[in-house]
Amino acid sequence: MDRKKIEQVIDAHNGEASALIEILLDIQNEFHWLPGEALEMISEKLQIPLSRIQHTATFYRAFSLVPKGRHEINVCMGTACHVRGAPRVLEVVQQIVGIEPGETDAEMKFSLDTVNCLGCCAIGPVMEIDEQHLGKLVPAKTAELLKNYD
Amino acid sequence: MLNSPAELEQLRQDILAKRKSNKARISICAGAGCLATGAAKVIDAFNAEIAKEGLSGEVEVKGTGCPGFCERGPIVVLDPEETCYLRVTPKDVPEIVAQTVKEKQVVERLVYFDAVKNVKAVHEADIPFYKNQERNIIGNNIKIDPKRIDDYLALGGYSALAKALFQMTPEQVVGEVKKSGLRGRGGGGFPTGIKWEAARKAPGETKYVIVNADEGDPGAFMDRAVLEGNPHSILEGLIIGAYAIGAHDGYVYVRQEYPLALENIGVAIMQAQEYGFLGKNILGSGFDFNIRVNRGAGAFVCGEETALLLSLEGKPGEPRARPPYPATSGLWGKPTNINNVETWANIPLIVDKGADWYGQSGTASSKGTKIFSLVGKIKNTGLVEVPMGATLRDIIYKIGDGIPNGKKFKAVQTGGPAGGCIPEEHLDLAVDFDELIKAGAIMGSGGMIVMDEDTCMVDVARYFVNFLAQESCGKCSPCREGIKQMRRILTDITEGRGKEGDIELLEELAMSTGKASLCALGRTAPNPVLSTIRHFRHEYETHIKEKRCPSFTCQGLVSYYIDPAKCTACRICDRECSSDAVVGGKNLIHYVDQTKCNACGTCFEVCPSKFGAVIRITGEDVPAPIPEEARIIVRQRRVPKKEPQPASSAP
Repeated sequence: MDRKKIEQVIDAHNGEASALIEILLDIQNEFHWLPGEALEMISEKLQIPLSRIQHTATFYRAFSLVPKGRHEINVCMGTACHVRGAPRVLEVVQQIVGIEPGETDAEMKFSLDTVNCLGCCAIGPVMEIDEQHLGKLVPAKTAELLKNYD
Repeated sequence: MLNSPAELEQLRQDILAKRKSNKARISICAGAGCLATGAAKVIDAFNAEIAKEGLSGEVEVKGTGCPGFCERGPIVVLDPEETCYLRVTPKDVPEIVAQTVKEKQVVERLVYFDAVKNVKAVHEADIPFYKNQERNIIGNNIKIDPKRIDDYLALGGYSALAKALFQMTPEQVVGEVKKSGLRGRGGGGFPTGIKWEAARKAPGETKYVIVNADEGDPGAFMDRAVLEGNPHSILEGLIIGAYAIGAHDGYVYVRQEYPLALENIGVAIMQAQEYGFLGKNILGSGFDFNIRVNRGAGAFVCGEETALLLSLEGKPGEPRARPPYPATSGLWGKPTNINNVETWANIPLIVDKGADWYGQSGTASSKGTKIFSLVGKIKNTGLVEVPMGATLRDIIYKIGDGIPNGKKFKAVQTGGPAGGCIPEEHLDLAVDFDELIKAGAIMGSGGMIVMDEDTCMVDVARYFVNFLAQESCGKCSPCREGIKQMRRILTDITEGRGKEGDIELLEELAMSTGKASLCALGRTAPNPVLSTIRHFRHEYETHIKEKRCPSFTCQGLVSYYIDPAKCTACRICDRECSSDAVVGGKNLIHYVDQTKCNACGTCFEVCPSKFGAVIRITGEDVPAPIPEEARIIVRQRRVPKKEPQPASSAP
């Protein structure tokens, strides 16, 4: 793990305790998860108890305390997508990748998550894989799309 | 750096003079919806084509904010003719440049056309979706490249700020906002002017103003469109508010799920600093003000103001009891005024055109316009801005063009997870803060989700309660436990384990959760349950007593069965079934292995309509499969017709 990178992130926020969430977000964006070592470094540098950092890191959805797979799938569970059949899409994704939302598979191929709304309701049900939007999904199409990743 | 209102006006005149009004301009919506359907490639294609044709000096190409018609995106508008093209793809671009830019001809196949009503519209203003709106806030989006402050200035931007700073006292600004009748657009509907007055009068030297851009309601993206499309309108409102309240520091709290909004608001702040709209001695007025951007980290509850404040301080966003209200004790314990994105964007209009002008649209108790995100089972998905008091029927049918696929309207859900479902008999309700509450719903931030006959209202209630159970911060037990128990009962009902007395128990739980919870999340959590029970009690009863889901949504109550008399063993459902539940085979009538089937409905959808062999069953037993030997289909060989072939078709 790149300790220097983490130090840079902390320093970029002037080491302010109030910037804890900003720091955690930057580390999350950099590594796609929050390594335990990083949390310990923040605790030392900002003089915040590790328990409080854990509290914050587990409170917010944006943070992951486990590493992410090569492809990040976010299935939109917004209301518009829900009434257009998002639960069935999610079910098919779960079945094919073999994991539940919040998990990463053993081969580190996929990480699966749900999101509350991607804001492109016109093409719902929609999911996002590696930041690419895939819309107008039905179970069969979803299964087909997932074959494109390795 | 501008040092006076006169210098601002001079700059504006220079910008306008530089833009010959007849200069051709191609505006492409670069909002999230259009980007998801390929707008970035369309912009690239236009840039390449214009360069190739040697037109770079004469034609301006720009990505703009979202004009709202997401259904037909990517949207392209060509000025000065205001020709509007819909669903544009990169391969349409050479034709648009050759025909419209060079020859001033309209490409007919790309303009709005409604085959059913035989309505064609070449100009944006004539499209029925836009024609029935009053777009004070989002109307400018398509005219603005959000990364260029000059575009905002060309439309009169920051003139309201100059007016407030040089022609009005802070008290007069507060007075004007109070008089306008503006109410908070984030959901509460609290009068903005009164909130400002409280913060202004609160004792203390240091005060803060905050933009709540933590838009969390699923299916709602109004704030996103303003943040991404016209960020300066929010900043201008915030600076005016800071002046009125006496704050010198402001925050914009944007959810990190909106990267483009974060980028655009960041660029806008930098440009506003360069021009002298932010920083020390703004426009030479002696007023100082700075803005910082903070990111939300994906907690729905942080849209609640006391939670948002804690999150800004770097802590978990757990709401606290009010009073004290943020107006007296907010960020770091200082007087703080928090308003929603859309509220702030209304401020420049009120200051610029006056409270009297503003009060002309709207109802007696709710003034101005409101942006709604019209989504779900609706033909025209998108953002619509209408005056308060517009009826649901006009919004859904005149603007939204009704329900797709010939289905029947069932309900419209307003107000996000804290809102309620409104049935057909209330469609003529005039939408404002108070009328929606009377119907058992709320305005909320402006989500409007249309549901048709295929939507199960018990499932919708379970959906929202499940959402709230996940987002409840857990600090107070009525919310944490009450919502969880409601979810358990609703899940039981949708999965066929409902029992007598469940509805009454839900009502009781809803009542106590609503009364005893600490913040708005828990207090409004009963709304989706109570409003669906109130208007759709019969659906609950059908689920509980008959174990039947009339809209075939609840997978636990629905089975799929292949009618052996209709199945032709075409193998499509066999191939598409992801659970391996269809037992197929060549020339063998298919059947569904009920032990493997998860009722996803794929077989029902893919079975060709000419066969219609897959049948949905709810509330009844599934017939047993036919015996193995009866499954074999003996196909007769097709006998070729003996009609003579015309000579010309011979190879």
